[in-house]
Amino acid sequence: MTTAQSSIAVVAPAGLLKPPRSLWSDAWTQFTHHKLAMAGLATLALLVLATAFGPFVYATKINEIDFSQSLKGPSATHFFGTDDLGQDLFARALLGGRVSIAVGLVAVAISITLGTLVGALAGFFARADGPLMRFTDLFLSLPQLPLLLTVIYLFRDQLRAKFGPELGIFLIIVVVIGLLNWMPVARLVRASFLSYKQKEFVEAARCVGAKNGRIIFKHIMPNVMSQILVAATVGVGAAIITESALSFLGLGFPPDVPTWGRLLFDAKDYLDFAPHWAFFPGLLIFLTVLSVNYIGDGLRDALDPRKTG
Amino acid sequence: MGRYVLRRLLIAIPTLLIISFVIFMILVLAPGDPLSQFGADPRVPPEVRENIKHALGLDQPPPIRYVNWVTAMLRADFGYSFMSHSPVLGLIQQRLPTTLAVVGVAYVIGALLAIPIGMVSAVKRYSLFDHIATGFAFIGFSVPTFFTGTILILVFSVGLHWLPFIYDSTLKVTDAKSLGEQLKQSIMPITVLALFNTATIARFMRAEMIEHLPLDYVRTARAKGLLERIVILRHVLRNSLIPIVTLVALGIPAVFAGAVITEQIFRVPGIGELLIRSITDSDTPVVAAILFVFAVLVVLFNLIADVLYGVLDPRIRYS
Repeated sequence: MTTAQSSIAVVAPAGLLKPPRSLWSDAWTQFTHHKLAMAGLATLALLVLATAFGPFVYATKINEIDFSQSLKGPSATHFFGTDDLGQDLFARALLGGRVSIAVGLVAVAISITLGTLVGALAGFFARADGPLMRFTDLFLSLPQLPLLLTVIYLFRDQLRAKFGPELGIFLIIVVVIGLLNWMPVARLVRASFLSYKQKEFVEAARCVGAKNGRIIFKHIMPNVMSQILVAATVGVGAAIITESALSFLGLGFPPDVPTWGRLLFDAKDYLDFAPHWAFFPGLLIFLTVLSVNYIGDGLRDALDPRKTG
Repeated sequence: MGRYVLRRLLIAIPTLLIISFVIFMILVLAPGDPLSQFGADPRVPPEVRENIKHALGLDQPPPIRYVNWVTAMLRADFGYSFMSHSPVLGLIQQRLPTTLAVVGVAYVIGALLAIPIGMVSAVKRYSLFDHIATGFAFIGFSVPTFFTGTILILVFSVGLHWLPFIYDSTLKVTDAKSLGEQLKQSIMPITVLALFNTATIARFMRAEMIEHLPLDYVRTARAKGLLERIVILRHVLRNSLIPIVTLVALGIPAVFAGAVITEQIFRVPGIGELLIRSITDSDTPVVAAILFVFAVLVVLFNLIADVLYGVLDPRIRYS
């Protein structure tokens, strides 16, 4: 009897003492139920770790030329085989992946920042809404990929001269992808701001004397954050594809920066006798983008309050 | 309705003007002389170069050049290519049908496949079909077109020797045999584009149907005792199609851009291939014209999407 009582007495406070559930911990619990999103997260983590630390562990140089080993298929010494100069493709893919992923992340950081800024201003300040949205529509009407190709081709020499061959091309690719992709985010953020602006909690904040800046950043922004996060995740995948497409067209990184798209570009003339050269970089792009998209899907479900229960 | 279309049309004109100005400024501000290929030739003396510049109007200030360019384009005069010295309009007219055929067929196939797939996926949510279709859609829009293209070439051209590697535009369809050849060389580029289109549209279609299925009007339709088939096809499908029609129209310019890559993989001599070549040759008049054609396509299809939206959804027209 006494033991039973004491066990109840122990259980009850333990239940009460459980830390309060937050939106993010709830979202995480929900996210873990999405099997494919978890698989995507694991794959992406593996890819990021491999490209970040792989080049330190895997000692083979990316530019070790050995004609006796040229165009060899995958083997124990060269996991992904070799290219026409006998360079190790695994080492190249690891190092290039670092650049590909970095382009995706930085380009999205730019487009998200710009999109959120424009969207928040347009949604919050009624006077700015008209002009800013006209501006957004105008950007949406630009022919994206053709313009991207042209701008990069025309301006890359100038930037290369200013910032060095690698950083220069990195900057231009990242900035141009960022500048041509903020519009959907701006529309999304604006729509959310428009609806949240009318809500009681914003009115309450205004009543207690909160300034506009505080209302925007402390009160409305946290509510919009989840949508921005989903848009950002999916945007990373799209940016990686765009960079690969540019490199694939020969208008991206130079041959000494072996991004995945660049590897495919170099490989495409050797498809008949060295298919492995094109296959692995393509597979890596595909896996990265697929993981990112599944993570985005999982996040969308996890952060949707209608689905949490 | 007429006023609605007119208003949209009036917005499209300044948009196009601004875009043409942006394109012009990018090309003007770009470092490097558009006549650099003449400049590289030591046999061209400086005064001749000045004469060429003067003849082309390149010695005038940019605003005047911009006005000249736009008014010339209004007369359908796109100037001459620096490389081939033939009229740009002719080059584009020569290339556009190939692109339109490949892109158009791929897009129609994509939309026709995607709508039923998305619909069944939504109605039989979480069924085996839905899982397969959703997985397929995810793969479809995650895999870059240049990778799908490469894989197809590896399997069907290099491995099996079934399909040709390179698109031959000189092929004329005259009899059954050449028609077969034409079909064979079109299969891969069309498949690559159609795969991507189907995946994207199917995903939107599914999401849109799922949004509509729990709505009150659906319950009302069921409560009236309508057959489930009628409820889905007459009520839910028609309402869900409204945004899809817009999306399909809005997606067309992006598909043209996607064709740039596909044309490069299969060496289809379309407008995208011409763009890439002209960019690398610094053939400014051709680049400017193609960019403008793409911009017109974007604005035109935005307009079509807006008008269709107004036609299909009366609520939009009156707001």
